Amino acid sequence: MTRSRVLPYLLIGPATVFLVLLFVVPLVQTIALAFTDNGEASLTNFRKMVGDLNFGLSISNTFLLVLAVIPLQLCLALTMAMMVQKLDKGRDLVLWIMIIPLGISDLAAGLVWLTILQDRGYFNTVLNMLGLIDGPVNWLSYESPVSLFVGVMLAEIWRATAIVVVILISGLQLIPKEYSEAAEVFGASSWTRFRKITLPLLKPSIQSALILRTVLAFEVFAVVYALSGRNFPVLVGEAYAWQHVNQNNGVAAAYAILVMVISLAATLVYIRTLRTPPEMQS
Amino acid sequence: MTTIRTLLAITALSSLTLTGALAQETIFLSTQLRPVEEATKVRQIILRSAPNPVTFVVEEPSPFQTRMDAETQAGRRTISMVGALHGELSPLVGSKGLDPVDDLAAKARERGVPDAMMALGKLGTDKQMYIPWMQATYIMAARKEALQYLPAGADVNALTYAQLKDWAKNIQDRTGKRALGFPAGPKGLMARFFQGYLYPSYTGGVVATFKSADAEAMWTAFKDLWTHVNPNSASYDFMQEPLMAGEVMIAFDHVARLKDALVAAPNDYVTFPAPSAGKGRGFMPVVAGLGIAPGAPNRAGAAAAIDHLLKPETQVAMARELGFFPVVKADLPADLPGGIKLLVEGVAKTQGAKDALVSLLPVGLGAKGGEFSKVYMDTFQAIVLRGAPIRATLDAQAATLQTIMNETKAPCWAPDKASSGACQVN
Repeated sequence: MTRSRVLPYLLIGPATVFLVLLFVVPLVQTIALAFTDNGEASLTNFRKMVGDLNFGLSISNTFLLVLAVIPLQLCLALTMAMMVQKLDKGRDLVLWIMIIPLGISDLAAGLVWLTILQDRGYFNTVLNMLGLIDGPVNWLSYESPVSLFVGVMLAEIWRATAIVVVILISGLQLIPKEYSEAAEVFGASSWTRFRKITLPLLKPSIQSALILRTVLAFEVFAVVYALSGRNFPVLVGEAYAWQHVNQNNGVAAAYAILVMVISLAATLVYIRTLRTPPEMQS
Repeated sequence: MTTIRTLLAITALSSLTLTGALAQETIFLSTQLRPVEEATKVRQIILRSAPNPVTFVVEEPSPFQTRMDAETQAGRRTISMVGALHGELSPLVGSKGLDPVDDLAAKARERGVPDAMMALGKLGTDKQMYIPWMQATYIMAARKEALQYLPAGADVNALTYAQLKDWAKNIQDRTGKRALGFPAGPKGLMARFFQGYLYPSYTGGVVATFKSADAEAMWTAFKDLWTHVNPNSASYDFMQEPLMAGEVMIAFDHVARLKDALVAAPNDYVTFPAPSAGKGRGFMPVVAGLGIAPGAPNRAGAAAAIDHLLKPETQVAMARELGFFPVVKADLPADLPGGIKLLVEGVAKTQGAKDALVSLLPVGLGAKGGEFSKVYMDTFQAIVLRGAPIRATLDAQAATLQTIMNETKAPCWAPDKASSGACQVN
C-alpha cells in the first residue's frame, strides 16, 4: 500500500537531488553574490553593471541578435522539417546531415566560421578567385559592424537551427495523417492544409522549440567570442569578462541574474502567447 | 578466497606506496610557461636538476585563481607552490592563498634580487608573500622590410610616437597595408601598454595624470596614430602570429608573446624599445613570482624548489631556453640562440635608453587589478574604437578609477609621485 504512494517520490528523487545540488544551490549562491558587496547586502554590483561602458551595447546587441536569429531560424526549421517529412527515400541521411551542427560545440562552430570569414579565410579566397576583391577584406572588425553582425548571425543560424528542426520533426510525426487527408478530399490546397492543420497542431512543438532556442540565444557567447572578440559585446560575454578578466564575481553574478530574468520573461511571454487549450492538444 | 585476500593486500600496499610518493613530490602550479614546448622544457631541463621531485602543472590565470580559492575553501591542499605574474598573485593575498615566505627572502636578496623587486613581492603587506622568479618586459619588433619606410631622420632605437605614426603612415601610403599592430584582443596585454608605456611617456604618470591636459593630448595623438593601425588589432592576443603571417610588420608586445616569431626567423626581424613622448620613454618591467600555499602538503619541497629556481645557473637556463630574464645577479652567455638574442637586445635597449622612464606594475590593488586595467581598456575602446569625446570619457573613467583607488587605498606608484593616502586622480 505504502509502496505505491512512495514510489513516485522515489523515482523523482534522484532528479530532484541533482537539480537541488547543481541548480538550486548555485542559483542561491549567485543571487547572494550579486546582492552583496564585502559581505553586506548592497546593490553596488548592479550599479556597476548598469554604469558599465558595455552595458547598454551588450543589451541591444543581444536583443538584436535574438530578434534577427530566432524568426529566421523558425522559418528555416519549419521549411526543413516539412521537406524532410515529404521525403520518401534517404530521409534518415538528410536528417542526419541536417543535424550535424548539433554535435559541434559552440566554440568549435565559432572557429569554423572564423576560418571562413577572417581576412585570409575561405570567403575572401573565393571572392578573390572570382575577381570581386583585390586583397583581403576585413569582415569581422569593429570598423565593419554590419558584416560582423551578419557573420555572427550566420554562424548562430547554422549552429542552432538543427535543434529546432529536430523538435519540429518530432512534433510533425505526432500529427495524424487523417486530418490532412480529409482536408484534401474537400479540396484544400497544400498551403491551406499547412496553415490550417499542420501549423495549429504543431503549436506545442513550436512553443517548446521557441522557448528552448530563445533561452539559449540570450545566453549566446562562444560563437560571438570566437568571431568578434571584444568587438560585439553580448550579455553573457560581459558576465565572462567581469568574472575572468576584471575578476569581480559580484558584477558577473549580477549579469547572470539579468540574463536569467530576461530568459524567464521571454519564456513567460511564449507560454502566454502560444498557449494551446488542453482540449486542442492532440 | 586467498586470491581475493592477496589482491586486497596488494591494492592496500600499492596505495600505501603511492601516498608515500605523493608526500615526497611537490606540486608546482604555474600560470607561466604554459605552452607545451615551454612546459616540457621546464620539466625536462629546468626542474630535472632540482634536488627534489617537482611536478610542474600549468593552468590559465582564471582557472588558477579558481583552483587556489577552491583549495583554500575546501581546506585541503594538493598544491604546494605557485608561480604566476605579480598581478595574478596579488588577489591570492585577500583570498588567503599565499603563505608568507620571509624565511626565503634573505637568500634571494643575497643572490642579488633587487630590493625594489623584493618590495613588490610583499604585495602591500609587511611580509614577503612571493619570491621574484623571473622578469620580462615589453618591446617592439619589426620585420626588416619595414625599415625602408622609416621616416627621414628617425632612429629605430630612439623612436618617438610621432615618428612611429609617420612610419606606419609611410607604409600605408606606399603599400596600402596598415602594418602596425597592437595586442588589443580579449587576451592581449594592451592595458599594460597604456599603463606602462603610453601614459608615462606622455604624462609622466599613470593614475594621478589620468585626465590631465597631457592625457587629453595623448589620446588625441593616439587616436590619430590608430588610423594607421591594423584594425584586426582589436582581436590580436599574441603579436607573434600576425607578425609571422605578415599581417603586420611592426608590433608591440610582451617578449614572451613575440618570441615564437623571433625564434622561427631571427634574421627577419629587428627589436627595439617602445617610442617616447614628452615625458620620456615609459617602460614596464614584468615580474613573475614564486609563492607557497598555506598548509602546503610539502612546504620543505617547495622551499627547496624555489631555492633551485633562483640559482644563477637555473636563471641563465631559463633565459636561454624560455626567454625570461634573471631576477638574480647572473651573466647571460654570449652564445644565446638567435631569437632569444633579439629579445635580450630589445630588452637591453629598452632598459638602457637615455630617456627610459620606469613604470612599476600596479601595487596594492589586490583583487582590483582587473578592474584597474578595465579603466584603461574602456577609455581606449570608447575614445579610439567608438569615437567618444575625449574629455567627457576621461572625466567619467577618472571617477571609476578614483573609486578603485579609494576602495583599495593604494598609494601612488612610480612614475606617479608617492602619496601618503590613496592615490588621487588630479
